[in-house]
Amino acid sequence: MDIGLGTYLSLAAILFGIGAVGFLSRRGILLQLMSIEIMLNSVNLTLVAFNRWNPSSHAGQVFAFFVIAVAAAEAAVGLAILISFYRLKKTVESDRADLLKG
Amino acid sequence: MSTGGELLFVVCGLIAVVAAVLTVSLSNPLRSAVALLTHVTALAGLYLTLHAHLLAAVQLLVYAGAVVVLFVFVIMLLGPGALDSKAEPRGWVSKTVGAGLLALVAGAIAFAVGKVNPETVAIPGCPDGQAECSQFGGVNALSAAIYRDAAIPFELVSMLLLVAIIAAITIARGRTRDEKELTDSVDARRFARRAFPSDAEAPLLNPAKMSTGPLRGQSDEPSAAE
Repeated sequence: MDIGLGTYLSLAAILFGIGAVGFLSRRGILLQLMSIEIMLNSVNLTLVAFNRWNPSSHAGQVFAFFVIAVAAAEAAVGLAILISFYRLKKTVESDRADLLKG
Repeated sequence: MSTGGELLFVVCGLIAVVAAVLTVSLSNPLRSAVALLTHVTALAGLYLTLHAHLLAAVQLLVYAGAVVVLFVFVIMLLGPGALDSKAEPRGWVSKTVGAGLLALVAGAIAFAVGKVNPETVAIPGCPDGQAECSQFGGVNALSAAIYRDAAIPFELVSMLLLVAIIAAITIARGRTRDEKELTDSVDARRFARRAFPSDAEAPLLNPAKMSTGPLRGQSDEPSAAE
């Protein structure tokens, strides 16, 4: 079995697809946030894989490092919004966030 | 890539895909969180096969140590309310069609990029008799890249994390009763006692704005004896 750059990119594309399906099909905000994490992780895998085949610089790994930091901040703020939303509506379903609907 | 590396790739890739599918398909959010934990751990293994040692450690620390724990905290905080309701508006036909279409797109992309195969670039190892050197993906090399080439973005990320902490605390912290008494007008507190106008199923009282004290300036409320 020959494992090259394309294998990693294929795996990352499949993981991104799984995350996208989860984000679009689940209604719980918790599960949607977890799907976002899966998608961000798959993008990180792409960046690190590209960096492995260009080892003269660390640009991909540094970028993945920053993506991890931004993802952690996003998860913290998203979960805080979820708690506030649950306090307001007593539910975690994103379909019920419809106060702006005319 | 060595045989051990290929074995690690196959095992971790399979675990990552299965755990991702379980994360988005399980109905109990706590089980989804455990599946997400397995997923990020398998991705740390994949980073190891890509010679990104420090990034694998950071992945374990940040995701397995902080993000998943944060998810579990929130699930525990919400209690049974974190469960999805059983009433599902989308039927299995639309779900299957949507998932099939997205799987088709992801599969096409995966098939297309799977043929990209540049020749393997060897990573120079440490010289004999030297245990530590500034090798690709190690702590020395990556921290030099971060602090030398990306010093300003790194500081900006620390500012971002500080802002995110403050925002999370501000959003998640409810207001105390005294703050509601001080800031809310009588009209707002009267409005808070109505049902939600846009949502017939909402609870009758808006708990975020509810104040248990007597409303000032309203005659039919039993006023406190003074």
